[in-house]
Amino acid sequence: MQKNVLEVDTPVLSAAASCDLNLDSFSTDLTKTKQLYLQTSPEFAMKRLLASGSGSIFQIAKSFRQAEQGRFHNPEFTLLEWYRLDFTLDDLINEMIELLMLCFGRNIGFTTVTYQQIFQQLTGMNPHQVTLGELMSYATEQGNPEASDICGNHLANGLDYVFSQYVQPKLKKDMVYFVTNYPACMAMLAKLDKGTPVTAQRFEVYFNNLELANGYEELTDAVEQKQRFQQELLERREAGLDDVPMDKHLLAALSHGLPDCSGVAMGLDRLLMLMTGATSIDEVLTFPIDRA
Amino acid sequence: MATYSTSEFKGGLKIMLDDAPCSIMENEFVRPGKGPAFSRVKIRNLKTGRVIERTFKSGESVEAADVMETEMSYLYNDGDFWYFMDDETYEQVSGDATAVGDAAKWIKDQDKCTVTLWNGAPLLVTAPNFVELEVTDTDPGLKGDTSGGGGKPATLETGAVVRIPLFVQIGEVIKVDTRTGEYSARVKN
Repeated sequence: MQKNVLEVDTPVLSAAASCDLNLDSFSTDLTKTKQLYLQTSPEFAMKRLLASGSGSIFQIAKSFRQAEQGRFHNPEFTLLEWYRLDFTLDDLINEMIELLMLCFGRNIGFTTVTYQQIFQQLTGMNPHQVTLGELMSYATEQGNPEASDICGNHLANGLDYVFSQYVQPKLKKDMVYFVTNYPACMAMLAKLDKGTPVTAQRFEVYFNNLELANGYEELTDAVEQKQRFQQELLERREAGLDDVPMDKHLLAALSHGLPDCSGVAMGLDRLLMLMTGATSIDEVLTFPIDRA
Repeated sequence: MATYSTSEFKGGLKIMLDDAPCSIMENEFVRPGKGPAFSRVKIRNLKTGRVIERTFKSGESVEAADVMETEMSYLYNDGDFWYFMDDETYEQVSGDATAVGDAAKWIKDQDKCTVTLWNGAPLLVTAPNFVELEVTDTDPGLKGDTSGGGGKPATLETGAVVRIPLFVQIGEVIKVDTRTGEYSARVKN
């Protein structure tokens, strides 16, 4: 491999599930008493390899998310996910630009903006200071009083809702946006920096108003990771969702030691859509879920 | 009470929203970043014709609207109401000026109209795309170009006023496109 990144293949089935409030894993029965889950991304398994000394790795992996179906979603989809040792987020963004230039073979524009810059420019609100109530009032003014039913009492949900409704559709087409420095409440599995305000070392890639990839400078602290999992499980319980087992193997791997690295997952089906000009994900799948 | 879940949303589905019957035009599943899934839906209010965009939490259910489109024959107008009949069941319904709207100026008895019924009563009446109507009044003195040009105003048997070519005279029957309100052709008797 040109870049000395090893291709790996990890299991799709796992004893653990994603704890994320907004992700529902498919489950299946191993035996009458033992349940397994289909991965929502290969992230946990790949981090276990990183911790055991694999070096930089990549994988093209089938991933599964319940009830995600639409013009840009299929419940079974494909991620291209890769991890680079000793890469900062900027290094990874540069590598991603290289890849996108290979894919699109023409001069497309790239721009890197912080979450705060783009959010404030298009909504007038500072995402690091805004309250959930202010976000919901803004949504109401924009004609979406129902937003608070959708977002519940989660600030991160409110930010995501406002971003996807009033920021994402206004991004320039034909421009690849790397949105960086997410509010700390949206850190997921990313490291926090020491800036003021504290932001998450995470980026999302948007192209033609479509979310294409999500990258982190990876959280390596096992204790903090466990706390985040526990917090997520608490949120799931409050929302009345199924209790799911957190990934103890991942936590063990993190305690053993995850090397400093950055990783990104890109929706391969969406990349194909953008490359071919397809208007629906069904056009780039052999058999979409309704005909699977 | 019938309901639809957001996963059943698709173009043409009729739902109740803010106590008004509405038709779904477009539905898009959205899952922002790592945020909550929802449906972004473009909806037409069938009473006012207004189009709005709303979002619904994924999995949320909404009440179905008892709305159906049916082909009916126009019978007559008694001054306040327009009467229509289902050709198969002979069932009759009546709609007021709000429901009949613009269709009123195009239809005459026996015309087949598309009637949108809500809880059995006409909500919306759509005239046939083309109607054939007699010219009852127009300036007979104007002669000239037989094609194109400005034309002249003419009153039709239903009272509607359209622009017609100069060569068409009183008593002749013309075909009108009701979607644009424009003259389409002269009908040979």
